[in-house]
Amino acid sequence: MLHITKAAALRSSALAAAVAVVGSAAAAQGVTITYVSGAVGAAVENFDRLVAPWEERTGNDVVLVPMPASTTDQFGQYRLWLAAQNGDIDLYQTDVIWAPQLAEHFVDLTEAAAGIVDQHFPSIVESQTVNGRLVALPIFTDAPALYYRTDLLEKHGAEVPTTWAELTETAQRIQDAERAEGNSEIWGFVWQGNAYEGLTCNALEWIKSFGGGQIVEPDGTISVNNPQAVEALELAASWVGTISPEGVLAYQEEEARGVWQTGNAVFMRNWPYAYLLGNGEDSAVRGLFDVAPLPVGEGEGATSAATLGGWNVAVSRYGRNQEVALDLALYLASEEAQKQRAINEGNLPTIMSLYEDPEVLEANPYFERWQEVFLNAVPRPSAPTQNAYNQVSSLFWSAVHDVLSGNQSAADALEVLEADLEDLKGDGWQ
Amino acid sequence: MTTTATGAAAYAPDRGETGLQEQRARAAFWFLAPMLLMLFFVAAWPLLRSIWFSFTDTTLNNLYGGEWAGFQNYLTWRELPSGRIRWGGTLADPAWWNAVYNTVRFAVISVGLETLFGLLIALMLNAEFKGRGIVRAAILIPWAIPTIVSARMWGWMLNDQFGIINHMLLSVGLIDSPIAWTARADTAMIAVIVVDVWKTTPFMALLILAGLQMIPRDMYESARIDGIHPVRVFFRVTLPLLKPAIMVAVIFRLLDALRIFDLIYVLTPNSSATKTMSIVARENMIDFNRFAYGSAQSTLLFAIIFLFVTLYIWLGRVDLTGEGRR
Repeated sequence: MLHITKAAALRSSALAAAVAVVGSAAAAQGVTITYVSGAVGAAVENFDRLVAPWEERTGNDVVLVPMPASTTDQFGQYRLWLAAQNGDIDLYQTDVIWAPQLAEHFVDLTEAAAGIVDQHFPSIVESQTVNGRLVALPIFTDAPALYYRTDLLEKHGAEVPTTWAELTETAQRIQDAERAEGNSEIWGFVWQGNAYEGLTCNALEWIKSFGGGQIVEPDGTISVNNPQAVEALELAASWVGTISPEGVLAYQEEEARGVWQTGNAVFMRNWPYAYLLGNGEDSAVRGLFDVAPLPVGEGEGATSAATLGGWNVAVSRYGRNQEVALDLALYLASEEAQKQRAINEGNLPTIMSLYEDPEVLEANPYFERWQEVFLNAVPRPSAPTQNAYNQVSSLFWSAVHDVLSGNQSAADALEVLEADLEDLKGDGWQ
Repeated sequence: MTTTATGAAAYAPDRGETGLQEQRARAAFWFLAPMLLMLFFVAAWPLLRSIWFSFTDTTLNNLYGGEWAGFQNYLTWRELPSGRIRWGGTLADPAWWNAVYNTVRFAVISVGLETLFGLLIALMLNAEFKGRGIVRAAILIPWAIPTIVSARMWGWMLNDQFGIINHMLLSVGLIDSPIAWTARADTAMIAVIVVDVWKTTPFMALLILAGLQMIPRDMYESARIDGIHPVRVFFRVTLPLLKPAIMVAVIFRLLDALRIFDLIYVLTPNSSATKTMSIVARENMIDFNRFAYGSAQSTLLFAIIFLFVTLYIWLGRVDLTGEGRR
């Protein structure tokens, strides 16, 4: 299958080259659209393939401006560009949590997308709607998974864990056994523990799965300081240095994938993009792993929780070619582009019907199970906290990072966090 | 900028001077005018503007619509119904004071180490040996690498799983399990200081080397004829004569170290053990959409650097005159 993809890649890059030649001949009417996006995995290579059909159809050209992988870094840069009303960037690839904070800089897409929004998951479209304006179109969604090594689980006679306690126990057991056999580099579980937005995602999952709420509830109440959340964080803190390397406190997605893909981890929490990359030709775990929903916690309201991620495309109000940019945005959100993205990059579509598409399912057999996972996905509190979301998230990840590094007990950290959030909230989120 | 200003002042016409001198001063002014104008636009204007922003409620979404807010970003208080007083503003923000502490700690330790190592390297490079030119050029390499690149490079080298530093320490048996240098709160600052020392020691060495070469050779000759021990020569001849050069080098580095941003932003982003004043100011201005609050922090950063430099120059001068009299 991979060979076929490769051949297709060659063909399409040849096609792209041909288009480029034709394009330069017809440069008179074609315009260049700049698209800015974070670059994780093979995103840059894939993007060229993704937009090739649109470029061919319209005679326009798309230039990708790659940004750092960290969403926190991207956000900082975008905010600056938008505040300066930068006309060089036509389209922004935006994180699902950014809509309320950047809404005023983007074109309202309600009218342009009127015909197609119904195909998408309603909750996602809603997350991109601010004060009745649709500020971004969903291009793919994200819900993390538990990656596990089928070969190691089988070898040590273990089941796929369904609770965090089981995961802790299984990871420790396999890690110990493997190390006893001389595999000194193996770790039980890798995840994202760096102090950044990704830790907010990880920790929100732990707390939510223990029935500890979602930091700030949709109605704006601060719920983070509760015994279940304390229990969740205590369990996570116990992983550091036992089943997870100490360095996990500096890991983002790519570092975790680095350990995983070199075959040095039994379990990994990561987004779906790691699935196809893990099955790539240079991967040490190719064909040796599968994915499952994240484990469930304990106590009242325990559930499997996956943080709702996902990316959207927004049209800048300051771009010079808004009409053309809008057309490209519609293409990127379309079934055609989302299908290609799902097959080539393993991104979860936001269009419901694609979850039953045979070609998509062939490339990503686990998608079938994913529709359900992500219908139950938990959103980060970006909607209720509005403009203060980044601060809320930063306070939260700092508190969690402190607990994980053993500087503070979970109970103390959450109590202080609650007070800090109350200060920030003041008379109400705005 | 100060040098230019004093340069202009030196040419300012004295009353009662001859017409020729007045003419020269006028000509000098016109020659300096473009430079002064440029400095005003690239240095003074942004500085004054960010001080202005710090007294408003500007946000990044509304850069031109900020309204006067007084000292709210620096210090405010509010009486709660219970009678307790709640303080707000940068000066009551623990994150800010943590950043001040981090910055000062970083600046003092890193500049101290850099001066020491820079001096040692300069003394070595000042000696005559074969291939000195090549060694002098080679030692400058860390300084020539852009900070972002060296921070990334060290980030990989310090990585706990595939970093070469852990690998080396492990294989010689100094540690028994890999250390996550940049992740742990107690080693993050050490990692940052190590990288900074590695990067800027060459700069220090170069400035001190220049100072060393200004020292007349005959002083050493006469010391040798008098049969004075080399260590004594170093402390009584080399060091006092080198002092002006070291002072200048230290002040350059201190200014740089107090506003450290790029290295920490790349190597240990968001770690509260290494967040410096510049980092928190940027975080507030851009990530948190509290542009005015961040401006207040930048203004304070400016004030603190100003204070440090004034203090340093003042203390340095007192010391110098004291020696001159002896």
